[in-house]
Parts: sequence; structure tokens; C-alpha cells
Amino acid sequence: MTRYALFALFAVLAVLAPFQIYPILLMTILCFVVFASSFNLLLGYAGLLCFGHAMFFGTAAYLSGWMLKHTALSIELCFILAALAMAALGWLVGLISARRGGIQFAMITLAISQFVYFLLLRAPFTGGEDGLQRIPRSALFGVFDVSSNVALYFVVLVFSVLAIALFYRIVHSPFGEVLRAIRDNEDRVESLGFQPERFKILALTLSAGLAGLAGAMKAAVFQIATLHDLSFHVSGTIIFMTLLGGLGTMTGPMVGAALIVLLNDELAQFGEWALIIQGTVFLAVILFFRKGVVGEIKARFWKPAKS
Amino acid sequence: MSTPTDYALEARGLTKSFGGFHAVKDVNLKVRRGAIHALIGPNGAGKTTCFNLLTKTLTPTSGQVLLDGQDITGLRSAQVARLGLVRSFQISATFPHLTCLENIRVALQSSQGTAFRFWRSLGSIKALNEPARALLAQVGLAGQEDTLATELSYGKKRALEIATTLALDPKVMLLDEPTAGMGHEDIAPITDLIRAVSAGRTILIVEHNLSVVSSLCERITVLQHGEVLTEGTYDEVSNDPEVITAYMGGVDDE
Repeated sequence: MTRYALFALFAVLAVLAPFQIYPILLMTILCFVVFASSFNLLLGYAGLLCFGHAMFFGTAAYLSGWMLKHTALSIELCFILAALAMAALGWLVGLISARRGGIQFAMITLAISQFVYFLLLRAPFTGGEDGLQRIPRSALFGVFDVSSNVALYFVVLVFSVLAIALFYRIVHSPFGEVLRAIRDNEDRVESLGFQPERFKILALTLSAGLAGLAGAMKAAVFQIATLHDLSFHVSGTIIFMTLLGGLGTMTGPMVGAALIVLLNDELAQFGEWALIIQGTVFLAVILFFRKGVVGEIKARFWKPAKS
Repeated sequence: MSTPTDYALEARGLTKSFGGFHAVKDVNLKVRRGAIHALIGPNGAGKTTCFNLLTKTLTPTSGQVLLDGQDITGLRSAQVARLGLVRSFQISATFPHLTCLENIRVALQSSQGTAFRFWRSLGSIKALNEPARALLAQVGLAGQEDTLATELSYGKKRALEIATTLALDPKVMLLDEPTAGMGHEDIAPITDLIRAVSAGRTILIVEHNLSVVSSLCERITVLQHGEVLTEGTYDEVSNDPEVITAYMGGVDDE
């Protein structure tokens, strides 16, 4: 019952929020919440550390930006097509990397993401160092004008809720159960007659699709897509968000994403000092909150109630 | 002469070399259907290597492995599992952060074709909960459905692992030192459990504990330096002077 009350509260807050808080900030949080969840699906539920996750985010930003700018496609189609394209890229990356685990997987994904980075730097449609600028916010279904921040917020909100629902479903599905088993003991899963790499490929496909949706939305929110979106910096940020919030919890990385976006927003006024403060926070988390914010809260307050 | 299919599992001239070193050399092994067969030998005799060859975890340098007379040498361990040959591991191979019920359900999904359904809820495989509970009860874990595997005692982890293996209803079970690292009080229940689940199955067991071997196994193969030293019943083997030398004198050789 409290769960439904909590959902209802969230729904009310989500609807009222853009009238109180700057919508761009809210949309940034939503994009990164989806992105962090996609990363969590891999690291938290399949045990796969993807070091180049920004390639799906950044490439999708370019794709959706290009479609919004140069085609007549409506905004939701641009988002969906970019996400599907990234799912395909994720599948391809999976074919190459899924046989490996641990640090090898991390290094292969990093290498592929660097390759994609330079490919897009050279590609004719990305605008090189300038990136894609002045991306328009095409009408929803080709009819409804969503060029205002508040209108776009609701589009992004609906897509984000659907993405998180899909993430929740994947984790709590027959597939998710086998995936978690692979995370715990891959050899054992194989000895039970499964081929683990197939599950890892599907996990990477789904995760890349979700990350792609996040990137596609981001391009419409900021109306710009640049190489920064697929840089290693973004890949690193998403790892930080996940660890800060709490690996292996569903909500942890979402909370971590929101906290980092808010922190960056607050710290922007301090210029260079922002990075130093961020580093200090990261250190503090590693030293004192090893399970992450949500992980620690869960461990301290929820366990006695369970037993 | 008996037909080859009297034997559930057979190794022919199995050899595994690492560089110039023969970890396992020309091992011939026949495990009769329905038997509990032990593979013993002093430390470094090649038992685990041999075991890994039989379960396809390692690929043999030469030789063949046959399951029910069918050559499975070229198959992967997942394929072998689907043919009914399932192994356990020396270190308890549970899924620590899954509940006991989930541990079993993963194995049950192996024959269901549900495992890729990422769009369905767990409710869609509710039908597996009943058999999973029954398997847990069979190994003495009734009531522990929602306990995380990591929270179980060592002996109970073993029991959970055996239940997980049973979920595949294997024709042949390969158990790698099922009582390794176990306290005295845990050994008897596991021995009883292995005897209970052996009905209608073939079991090959690698074991250090000779009292477990003597109480469980009809047939024993002794390995030394990667080769078969002798094979027979417990009484035959334990009175063999070569075996006694291998065990007693093994300290000097190694």
C-alpha cells in the first residue's frame, strides 16, 4: 500500500515539478536516470563493466539530432529510431565482446567506443569539432508543438517512465533471473546447459537501446550534440553515478544520477573547483559509503524490518 | 561381450598435456549405468583434470568421451548438460545473491525455453515454483525458499547445489569432491543425500574421503601420475599393494 502511495506522490511531484524547477535541469536528470539504469542493467545485473557506455549515449544524440534537423520525422520517432539503432550497435559490440568477462570486456568496450569516437569525428554529418547545433524540437506525432521546455519535459518524462518500466521488467523477468545467475557464477550457468554469451549479448543489446534513448532525448533537450557526449568523460561519469547511488540496487544508480546532475548544477558557479569538490565526494563515498547512498540506507534501515 | 551402451559414460585413451607434461595420460574409464563410481588417487594424480575433461570444461589433447555410446568429445559443456551429463564443482557453485528458490528455478528454466523472455514477468514462470520447492524439500532445504544462498551454511550450500543439479534430471551426475572442506557433522547427511538421489542415475564422484567412497561406491578407479593404476571394488582396491604404495609412498614422489 505504501508503495502505491509512494508512486502517487512521485507522479504528483513529477507533474508539478517543471512549474517550480527549471525544466532543462529536470530533463537532464531524467536523461541521466535512464542512462544510469541502462548501465546498471549491465554492471549490477549481468556483472559486465562497460567502459565505453557513452558511445551509445553520444551516437544516439547525433542520430536523433540529425534526424530532427534534416528529416520530417516526428520527435518520438526520432527517439525510438535512435534507440533501436543503438540496440543494434549494442548487439554488434556484444558479438565481439561477450565471450570475455571482467577487465577484458571493459577494455574491448573502451576500444570500440574510441573507434566510434573517431569515426564520428571524421563523419561528414556530425559537424566535426562543432557538433550538431540548433537541433529543432520537431512536433510530437507531427502535430503537437513541444518546442517549449515544459511541453518537452512531459515527452521526456513519459519516455523515461517507459524506459524505467522496461528496465524493471527486464530485471524481474525469467531472462533477468538467468542474467543475475550469470553475474554470480557464469561457469555454473554454462554447466546447467545455457550459453552465457547469448544472454550477455541480449543484455548489452537492451542496455545499449536504453542508453540510446537517453542520448536521443538529451539531444532534443539541449538542442546540441557534440563529441563530448561520447567521450570517456561521460563513460566515467556514469560509472561514478552508479557507484555513488549503489550498485546492485534498482534505484541506487537513478538516485546517483540525480545527485550528480544536481551537484554539477550547484557547483557550476565555482568553476574549476567543481572538479575538486566532485573528486572529494567520490573519495568520501568510496571510503565511507561503499554500498552507495541507497545501498547504505537499505543495509542500515531495511534489513531489521525484513528479518 | 557387453554392448557399449551398458556404460553410461566412457573415456577412451583420454590424454591431456600441458606443454610437455601429461596431466592425464591414456585414461580408459567405463562407468556402468546406474552405478556410483569413484575416481580416487593421491594429490596431483590428475583427478580434477580428468573430471574437467569428462565434463568438457577442458578439451582433451587426444582421446574420446562417450555418453551413452555417443561421442561427445567435440561438444561444449552447455550442450553436454542438455544431453544429460551435469557436473558439480569442487567449490560450492551456487548463485550467492539469488534466493534458494531462484537458484533452482534458473536450472529448471534450462529445459523450458523461457530464459530469453525479458518482456515477461516472473509470474510467467510460476509453474516452476512447485517443482523447485519439491527439490528443495528433497535435499532438506524446505522453508529456506527465500534465503539467499550466501547465507546458507557450507553443508547446506552443497545440498542446494545438488538440488540445482537434480533440477536438470541428469542421467549422469559428476560430483567433484562433494565433501571437500566439510566438517564431520555435514558429511553423513551429504553421503545419504547422494545415495538417495542416485536412484535411476549414474554417478561419477571424485573424492578424497575414503570412508565416503567405501560406503557409497560400487566401483573405484585409482589414478596415479595421470594414469589408471587399477580398478575394482573397494575391497579389491584397498588391498592392492600398488595402491597402498601410491598412497603411503606418494609423499616421496611428489
